[in-house]
Amino acid sequence: MRGAFIDANICKGCGLCVTACPKKIIEIDTSTINAKGYAPAHVVDQDGCIACGACYGMCPDCAITVER
Amino acid sequence: MAKFEKPKALLDVPLHYCPGCTHGIAHRLVAEAMDELDITGKTIGIAPVGCSVFAYNYFNCDMQQASHGRAPAVATGIKRAMPDNIVFSYQGDGDLASIGAAEIVSAAARGEKITVIFINNAIYGMTGGQMAPTTLLGQKTTTSPYGRDENIQGYPIRMVEMLSQLDGCAYAERVSMHNYPNVLKAKKAVKKAFETQIAGKGFAIVELLSTCPTNWGLSPVDALKFVEEKMIPQYPLGVFKEV
Amino acid sequence: MAKVLMKGNEAIAEAAILAGCRFYFGYPITPQNEIPEYMSRRMREVGGTFLQAESEVAAINMVYGAAGCGKRVMTSSSSPGISLKQEGLSYIAGAELPCVVVNMVRGGPGLGGIQPAQSDYYQATRGGGHGDYRMIVYTPSTVQEAAEMVAKAFTVADRYRIGVMILGDGMIGQIMEPVDLEAIKVEPENTKKLWATTGTDSKDGKRSVVNSLYIDPNELEVVNQRLEAKYDVIAAYETEYEEYMLDDADVMLVAYGTTARICKSAVAKAREEGIKLGLFRPKTVWPFPYDALAKAAEGKKAVISVEMSLGQMVDDVRIAVNGKCPVHFTGRTGGVIPTPKEILDYVKEVR
Repeated sequence: MRGAFIDANICKGCGLCVTACPKKIIEIDTSTINAKGYAPAHVVDQDGCIACGACYGMCPDCAITVER
Repeated sequence: MAKFEKPKALLDVPLHYCPGCTHGIAHRLVAEAMDELDITGKTIGIAPVGCSVFAYNYFNCDMQQASHGRAPAVATGIKRAMPDNIVFSYQGDGDLASIGAAEIVSAAARGEKITVIFINNAIYGMTGGQMAPTTLLGQKTTTSPYGRDENIQGYPIRMVEMLSQLDGCAYAERVSMHNYPNVLKAKKAVKKAFETQIAGKGFAIVELLSTCPTNWGLSPVDALKFVEEKMIPQYPLGVFKEV
Repeated sequence: MAKVLMKGNEAIAEAAILAGCRFYFGYPITPQNEIPEYMSRRMREVGGTFLQAESEVAAINMVYGAAGCGKRVMTSSSSPGISLKQEGLSYIAGAELPCVVVNMVRGGPGLGGIQPAQSDYYQATRGGGHGDYRMIVYTPSTVQEAAEMVAKAFTVADRYRIGVMILGDGMIGQIMEPVDLEAIKVEPENTKKLWATTGTDSKDGKRSVVNSLYIDPNELEVVNQRLEAKYDVIAAYETEYEEYMLDDADVMLVAYGTTARICKSAVAKAREEGIKLGLFRPKTVWPFPYDALAKAAEGKKAVISVEMSLGQMVDDVRIAVNGKCPVHFTGRTGGVIPTPKEILDYVKEVR
């Protein structure tokens, strides 16, 4: 399944993926707080993902897997 | 099929670093190089003292934890004992450029066949944001509250330029992790630093310009801008030595 | 093979080679330079590694790295250099790495001098660096004994995963005596060290971490208690001493290393004069032979600690004797060596 998948339990909500995404399809989900107390990032338009890997590349927590 | 996923050379445990800290990216780049070169099973890594002291909990290879600044000496002992294994040290700027300056210079001068991953974020992170040897002029830290003044605290050190002057140094490059294209360049540099060791050429070091959002008092995104706008002018990117 | 005439420092180096030591890291300092010089020549002949480090600090950390890979490794230095190594020795204790460290003690404090002294006793027996830890400390009194203790040190270091110190002095290092190298017992090394960082491929995927950091205080306390239990076992099995003409003695000298040799001359002189003098010689100063010394002190008119210091081991002697008889101290310091006559004069004064 193509797309970027963010592990909301590991994500610290730093937002580096949000800035890195060329398609602007990642946002911080301010309606959620994970077990660590962070508002995690989430993909708002999985169909728009081009699987470029920029979000994965900038994620400091290995929280993102990108599939073709 | 996954295209981009956590490398096997990193253990499946969450990293303890602050949100947005680029240590995590650097860890991943090291692990990706280990995966791609298929060397994890014969790699021995050295964790420093500093924020990355727990690196031994993350890399899926044998690890030794070294005292502050002594990682290059420990690496020397390991590499001399296990010449067919791959040895890397992972060190911050306080560890490598201040307390461990003698060890890194001597290891480079001897041409120790080790790979050094040097994280430069211009501050002491773990101890709470004190001035580092790489702190920029004018930069405020908890021990330079008026900003680093060259007349009082002297100038920031450009380590890879300095080390590249030594004959034993086979590879020295500075890269940055402030955006994805630069992370890709950093990935190549880290891999090259391991390849240099595998080829038996000599000492290899990669300096990665990194962030410390927490102690810089910046958001993770603004911290990346600080690297691009403030750090790179002081610490130019590029290959300074390649044998 | 016949006995060969060797300097103490050279005999120590050769004994290490015989014991399977193939890695030596050190830094020049008087009066132990013959050890690195000998090693620089011999290590190449036996396919080992000699490396002159940039400092004592670096040398002990190279020892840490090689020891962490399970190799028999050694360093040597003298007092100011040993002070520099203390950080590394503390880490070695915390990470439980086996290694051998030679200290050819010279007078201190500071740069002090280069003549023999025993003023590093506290440093050697109380851990030396930071934290709750011990090193096993052997105190040779002849060149032959120094060589034998070095060989034993490697076995004991491996057995307990601990740093072992050979506490000599400038005299033991520099003196030339006949040595029978064949008399040196070398137990075969157990090379299967799964804790060592030799790469996960070499251990069926088992991952090894050499570390002394335990951020959770409860965890660190357990580690310290486990180390303490190990130290207790070492004290029970590895304590060594010699009793010399004590059976009928009414005054007992206590001395180690070079001073013990001089004390033996003092005992001989005393006996000529009809004074019943004997000697108790700790061969390990950690673990210290408290029980044996307490027993030996029973019924003595006086116990005298003789040292080349202002009196350091005398504290342990007092702990052992525990008030059962008077404990005295005599010694010279700063690199001055006491004479048998001086010691005997003191015996006459206190008996």
